[in-house]
Amino acid sequence: MKVTTRGSFPISYESLRVKQKVRGGVHHQGPNEIGVLGVSGIVKMIKAVMMMNTQGKPRLAKFYDFLVRCLPVEKQQELIRGVFSVLSSRPENVSNFLEIDSLFGPDSRLVYKHYATLYFVLVFDGSENELAMLDLIQVLVETLDKCFSNVCELDIVFNYSKMHTVLDEIVFGGQVLETRSDEIMKAVEEISKLEAASNSISLVPKSVSGWRGGR
Amino acid sequence: MEQLKTIGRELAMGSQGGFGQSKEFLDLVKSIGEARSKAEEDRIVLSEIDILKRKLLEPDIPKRKMKEYIIRLVYIEMLGHDASFGYIHAVKMTHDDNLLLKRTGYLAVTLFLNEDHDLIILIVNTIQKDLRSDNYLVVCAALNAICRLINEETIPAVLPQVVDLLNHHKEAVRKKAIMALHRFHRKSPSSVSHLISNFRKRLCDNDPGVMGATLCPLFDLITEDVASYKDLVSSFVSILKQVTERRLPKSYDYHQMPAPFIQIKLLKIMALLGSGDKSASEIMYMVLGDLFRKCDSSTNIGNAILYECIRSISCIIPSPKLLEAAADAISKFLKSDSHNLKYMGIDGLGRLIKISPDIAEQHQLAVIDCLEDPDDTLKRKTFELLYKMTKSSNVEVIVDRMIDYMISINDNHYKTEIASRCVELAEQFAPSNQWFIQIMNKVFEHAGDLVNIKVAHNLMRLIAEGFGEDDDDADSKLRLSAVESYLQIMSEPKLPSLFLQVISWVLGEYGTADGKYSASYISGKLCDVADAYSSDETVKGYAVSALMKIYAFEIASGRKVDVLPECQSLIEELLASHSTDLQQRAYELQALLALDARAVESILPLDASCEDIEVDKDLSFLNGYIQQAIESGAQPYISERERSGMLETTDYHSQDHHEVPSHALRFEAYERPKPSSLRTQASTELVPVPEPSYYSEAHQPISTSSVSERESSEIKLRLDGVKQKWGRPSYQSSTSASSTPPQAANGTSSHPDVGVGSSSLKPRSSYESKKPEIDPEKQRLAASLFGGSSSSRSDRKSSSGGHKPAKGTASKPPKENPIPVQPPPDLLDFGEPTATSVTATDPFKELEGLMDSSSQDGGSTDVMGVLYSDAAPVTTTTSVDSLLSELSDSSKGNPGTYQSQTSKGPNSQEALEKDALVRQMGVNPTSQNPTLFKDLLG
Repeated sequence: MKVTTRGSFPISYESLRVKQKVRGGVHHQGPNEIGVLGVSGIVKMIKAVMMMNTQGKPRLAKFYDFLVRCLPVEKQQELIRGVFSVLSSRPENVSNFLEIDSLFGPDSRLVYKHYATLYFVLVFDGSENELAMLDLIQVLVETLDKCFSNVCELDIVFNYSKMHTVLDEIVFGGQVLETRSDEIMKAVEEISKLEAASNSISLVPKSVSGWRGGR
Repeated sequence: MEQLKTIGRELAMGSQGGFGQSKEFLDLVKSIGEARSKAEEDRIVLSEIDILKRKLLEPDIPKRKMKEYIIRLVYIEMLGHDASFGYIHAVKMTHDDNLLLKRTGYLAVTLFLNEDHDLIILIVNTIQKDLRSDNYLVVCAALNAICRLINEETIPAVLPQVVDLLNHHKEAVRKKAIMALHRFHRKSPSSVSHLISNFRKRLCDNDPGVMGATLCPLFDLITEDVASYKDLVSSFVSILKQVTERRLPKSYDYHQMPAPFIQIKLLKIMALLGSGDKSASEIMYMVLGDLFRKCDSSTNIGNAILYECIRSISCIIPSPKLLEAAADAISKFLKSDSHNLKYMGIDGLGRLIKISPDIAEQHQLAVIDCLEDPDDTLKRKTFELLYKMTKSSNVEVIVDRMIDYMISINDNHYKTEIASRCVELAEQFAPSNQWFIQIMNKVFEHAGDLVNIKVAHNLMRLIAEGFGEDDDDADSKLRLSAVESYLQIMSEPKLPSLFLQVISWVLGEYGTADGKYSASYISGKLCDVADAYSSDETVKGYAVSALMKIYAFEIASGRKVDVLPECQSLIEELLASHSTDLQQRAYELQALLALDARAVESILPLDASCEDIEVDKDLSFLNGYIQQAIESGAQPYISERERSGMLETTDYHSQDHHEVPSHALRFEAYERPKPSSLRTQASTELVPVPEPSYYSEAHQPISTSSVSERESSEIKLRLDGVKQKWGRPSYQSSTSASSTPPQAANGTSSHPDVGVGSSSLKPRSSYESKKPEIDPEKQRLAASLFGGSSSSRSDRKSSSGGHKPAKGTASKPPKENPIPVQPPPDLLDFGEPTATSVTATDPFKELEGLMDSSSQDGGSTDVMGVLYSDAAPVTTTTSVDSLLSELSDSSKGNPGTYQSQTSKGPNSQEALEKDALVRQMGVNPTSQNPTLFKDLLG
């Protein structure tokens, strides 16, 4: 376990593998009673992947449901807050499943897993298998752990695009695409390598072109 | 020291893993993290937005900087703030050749935009180019973007390239191309309908990952059309078999389980294919049985597969052996300590129970445990199971449990759901009426504002109609128990509005029915309700109607009614209410109190709430009488409109009446202006040949609505009608509605024409005067009326002949004659009965006069028929409606319907009397008609 510095810096360095209950300091409204989505189409898919810390700050949010994606950002934020307020009111040692029709439309389920200071949340509909979705979170976390060697909340905040790269390898257009974390890792590494390469190659010419004022 | 460490780590993070995030970004994240309140966070973000807006305007931003700005924009949006000002920069970044920048651009764009955003069109070209890239990572990035950005219109732009990519040498690309096609299929099935065979082909891909991806679109396709994929059953089964036999590379194992996500997907597809198909199901038995045996129930993923097997078995036609295996798996789930597994067990039980209902019994205790569990999710799932297994033998326990739970939760969404389930179960399985009422009371009491209003109406109907058996005794017991329970509950504070409505209605209808409670007791209670919930107009309306019923029953049974002082004050308060509906009800109640027993009884008969009110729009029961009258020399009826030429007003009014009961708003096109146009036009055209009969002619086109020939003039003419309509709405409506009587009295003086009319022909004056609004017209009309009656005949005949095909119904005019009789009750407002007689006779006489001079014209009489059926029944309906239909809730009691009466408040008593008469006539036409006519015609 790494240094915990919650007092001075809001983001914890705790390793996510060490589960620890930290709560409080939440400044959020009560549960969102009226679902933001009145009706949702019957699409069999994962509707959303979210990560938020135990204070309710979103760390990553990706929506796949078209109806949610069409919502203005404020409404999406409301959804995240709604999810958090439900999660934060869950006692310990209960199931990881929730029915969340009130937020995401009929037949919406939610699976969450609490790692250290982070909640990992998957929202999906009745076509998916809750236990399998729980394992999908596991796949994601395992992969991130390999990626960042002992992942913590800060990694997720500062490696936003890498997070998305990983997630895009796993969930593609709302469907589970790949669940082999080694395979995902390979893809992500290749991308990173190439990005780094293109970056270093372009470093000189880019700066030159930059000076020339072109863009 | 601590802080230093933090900063050190921060910087380290920033430089190594952080893709070169700047100090500013770190500061932003940090300060937001430290924000103590949402307001503070918002403030920070807003100032960040300002900074970014400014920076993005700067010229020549280095790309590296731009990339960081965009990441900051994404971050801002994730926090729920609009970053749309920077979208265009993200779009531009996708055009960059640098992979890192391009990917950043794509990432931002996929997060910012949805398929319907305007900027998408700027990206399509880039996507096309990237799909052709040699670098498969670029292709993947483009495919990823396609999934989130391509809409129905842009699909064709990328479709050919995506199809080409199905044969790409990299399996990662093939996989994503399949998914992109799947996406297209969901967005617009028609766009890829010719490519569906590709999915089948890819099922045989060498790479198991691609095969697994293909299962996603196939699952969709099979859901849509099971029949055309039956041939794949054995393929799927053999794939599943191979997977379970570990034929896949070791890399596909997850927690020692071979390709579990593929297995689950295959099981889902098999459930679809085997549903209701015995032979397909049989092919699956083997592999399913193997799965039960092989699955490792110690891991989460193993249980996921087991659960999926249970789900499949509940869908296909299972073998007893499989059912047994499934039941075993379920009991293992239920016995587990894990809440997740218990949840799955309960869910599985709910699925299997449909096939073998007795399976739940062996798990009774486990189910009860789940019901007591602190885990809300599990509890709800268990209630769902209970809901599924409710029978008449266990309904009481289950519903009691549900209601207890319903009371305990605050989540309105779920409360509503569970309340409606309680109601449904209670309606379906109620062992006794008393129990049913009790349950409904509880539901209403605790979730009254959440349940559907239909539930309340159902309950009222149920109480009124009983439970179907023709056992009056049981019904009255039911009602009594309802009344008793309501009287008890009423004293509780803060009941939901809907519940109060039910209570008021039932008390009004049945409160005094058994004689157990006195009228004054019940009415006192009702007054209390109206008093305590004085802000709720609906409840008040129900309460007043209930009072009216109570008093009506008292009066009808011959008892003397003492209106309680609080009741009196309530009525007085409502008489001045701003709500027309309440006012109306109050006036009605006041009027009713002054009526005699017989009239009251016919207005509000005892326990008649579920009797259908039949409205005989043709008033056919009067035919005999009319025939008789005509034979004895009476003149046929000329409709009021015909007489006065005030087509538009009458028409308007009648429409008004028509509309009100059914809808508040009228959506059809205006047909009303036609009459006025015709009239005016006619008047201009016909002035030279003025004729009383002209009116009837003018009607004809109206009623038949065959105005085509006159269309040209319509536009300018319409205006006339409108003007008139708005000129003096209240007066007009009342006059038209109230038939002619008042006119004779007050109309004469105001109208110059009247003088002419009356001088030449007395009867006419009365209806002439009726159209005070149409002064100029009226003059013309009067002129045409009195100018040359004989000459117009031919004219009218020709025109009417043109419009009127229906000549055959010669008997119709007499039939319609009673019409004048009908309207009066509703319209009495101003007039005494004697006045009515004047007008009523007028038209007859006039028509007679006309007919004398010319042969009776079939067309014209028929017109009257049409007209009448249009207008007159309306009035009857409404009057009957307004007074008798207590069932309709107050909101339905249209202000419009009542309005005419409201305005004539003082005279509504007469209206009521008349109404009663009308009703009686309906019952017993021959005996009653003469009196009615005597009354009306003086």
